[in-house]
Amino acid sequence: MSTTDVSHALEQEEAADPFTLGGETFTSRLVLGTGGLPSLEVLEDVVRASGTQLVTVALRRVEAAAGSSMTEVLRRCGVRLLPNTAGCMTAREAVLTAQLSREAFETPWIKLEVIGDDRTLLPDAVELLDAAEQLVADGFTVLAYTTDDPVLGRRLADVGCAAVMPLGSPIGSGLGIRNPYNIALLREEVDVPVVLDAGIGTASDAALAMELGCDAVLLASAVTRARKPVQMALAMRQAVEGGRLAHGAGRIPRRWHAQASTSMAGLPDL
Amino acid sequence: MTITVTVNGSPADVAEESTVATLVADRSSGHDRVAVALNGDVVPRSRWTATALSPGDRLEVLAPTAGG
Repeated sequence: MSTTDVSHALEQEEAADPFTLGGETFTSRLVLGTGGLPSLEVLEDVVRASGTQLVTVALRRVEAAAGSSMTEVLRRCGVRLLPNTAGCMTAREAVLTAQLSREAFETPWIKLEVIGDDRTLLPDAVELLDAAEQLVADGFTVLAYTTDDPVLGRRLADVGCAAVMPLGSPIGSGLGIRNPYNIALLREEVDVPVVLDAGIGTASDAALAMELGCDAVLLASAVTRARKPVQMALAMRQAVEGGRLAHGAGRIPRRWHAQASTSMAGLPDL
Repeated sequence: MTITVTVNGSPADVAEESTVATLVADRSSGHDRVAVALNGDVVPRSRWTATALSPGDRLEVLAPTAGG
């Protein structure tokens, strides 16, 4: 197979295996965060290399905001915007931030983050569930960033979240998926999409998330803080595609001892 | 005549007849997709012109930035 053939086959696989989230259909299963880039100059190249169709953004005071060039770049890339509630520590702050984001970005989609600890940036389960419930009631499409607790994941799905997004490890830590068992269990627990969000360090982490059955991967720092962000964006795209294909193909069972792949039948007596 | 309000955490003297719309025009050059909170509530864009500022109002004027 030539490279063009492989690429064509991949596109066919993607088209045959769409990702539906909040009533929208995507061919890419990689959600890209824009935070952490040293400059916005490479943003367009990173977004295009990643193949993403959904990109997270934030709201900040105008004095600290990026300026209209960032939203222009993202508009040019044709991606859908997913505002976040990063930095919020209470349900009240998160709900107000989501309402402001809906006004600013003209979308009811929100990546809901309610952080309970400055050092680990781990989610506050109680505030998160409260905020999720309020936002769903207010008509938002809520994508909830959560711990990898399968029970909390189920509760978030039960209150109407459009996606449950468990962390692999703390935001920006690059520690990968610390508890693959919980992620696989959470995937079994809920009927909504599961998006592995936070902790991805390199391509194999993203592939593992998909192999565990996640529907998509959301990452920022792993690309934006890589030495070569554009190259890492491409690596992540291929890792997500590879992991998804492997998940569908079905891994072989793990065995304690070897099992020859070359038949012993016809082995010559030398 | 001016009145004192708080904009993005800092005191600001603005004209007495100021509205959310005039404040946004003054503060958000170079930004698009601006959102405003007044005393802890969202002010929808459609109400910016009709929303007058009062002494002591707390305003947050926000715009898009990169985020994960």
